[in-house]
Amino acid sequence: MSFLDYFLGSRRKSASVAKDRLKLILAHERSDGTPDFLPALQEELLAVIGKYIPVEKDQISVNMERRGDFEVLELNVLFPDQH
Amino acid sequence: MAKIVVVTSGKGGVGKTTTSAAFASGLAIRGFRTAVIDFDVGLRNLDLVMGCERRVVYDFINVIQGEAKLQQALIRDRMLEKLFILPTSQTRDKEALTAEGVARVMDELHGEFDYVVCDSPAGIETGALRALYHADEAIVVTNPEVSSVRDSDRILGILAAKSRRAEEGKEPVREHLLLTRYAPRRVQGGEMLSLEDVKELLRIPLLGVIPESETILQASNQGIPAIHMKGSEVAAAYEDVVARFLGEEKPLRFTQPEKPSFLKRLFGG
Repeated sequence: MSFLDYFLGSRRKSASVAKDRLKLILAHERSDGTPDFLPALQEELLAVIGKYIPVEKDQISVNMERRGDFEVLELNVLFPDQH
Repeated sequence: MAKIVVVTSGKGGVGKTTTSAAFASGLAIRGFRTAVIDFDVGLRNLDLVMGCERRVVYDFINVIQGEAKLQQALIRDRMLEKLFILPTSQTRDKEALTAEGVARVMDELHGEFDYVVCDSPAGIETGALRALYHADEAIVVTNPEVSSVRDSDRILGILAAKSRRAEEGKEPVREHLLLTRYAPRRVQGGEMLSLEDVKELLRIPLLGVIPESETILQASNQGIPAIHMKGSEVAAAYEDVVARFLGEEKPLRFTQPEKPSFLKRLFGG
């Protein structure tokens, strides 16, 4: 950085932008990201639950996340109003 | 018994073949019997970088398919008596590189050489997987640039999962970071990732830094491995890489910009 940059106030350096972007994407990719079977699992769960309770696709959500040393598969089903 | 070293990167054009040629030459200069193998089936280039393109008769695939003996395909280096090149095929498709065939050739090289350097193709397909499978050590060639760093990280994941050492539950492949095309002035100006940044991101030990240099093109133009370009920064940097690989202590060089003039400091360069 030059003396004049100091007074003119320079924009954020692109290398530090690169580093921050890489930190995020590498952390995401190292954790294996989202397993690719999730959409299929969601479809099949919808079909099974749908046999017993009338639910819409957007009322089921399936998520996988890493917490500490283990992964948690989270299934949320929003039941329709009973009345 | 040979030690097998893969030179890999994921991304293309970062300097794998340049590094394979210079590194293998450096080992041979140190007196080790060394073989360097081109795994980039269909896109043969190691022969050009090593200046032996006109002496290729048989190749790696001929040996795998039993059309030639290993001794017939190995080309003795022009400059170094202890260095041999195993070129790849230009015509066959990469499926010719069978797992069994590669294992057989590696087995045969094992008894004959101290080091076998495998020059990996870019990508993460068959050629790259075969090149890294037998590795004891890996040199991950990386440019200080976002896509290269990301691809290197992918390759590190593959080394940890798909190498023979991983499959057999042995001690993992020893990984080394080699930063190439490094421009200290641009790092100082905040427009290029620094070696500390890349080390922090990839989390593997640094084997060396090769500065961005016109010498590389001059070397490949003539088919001379860059380590032979006497008096150049690049040759000295590769010599240091070989020394560190062999366990010697060498401080990093060519990672700081030359001192700019007073006017440049005042007005920016």
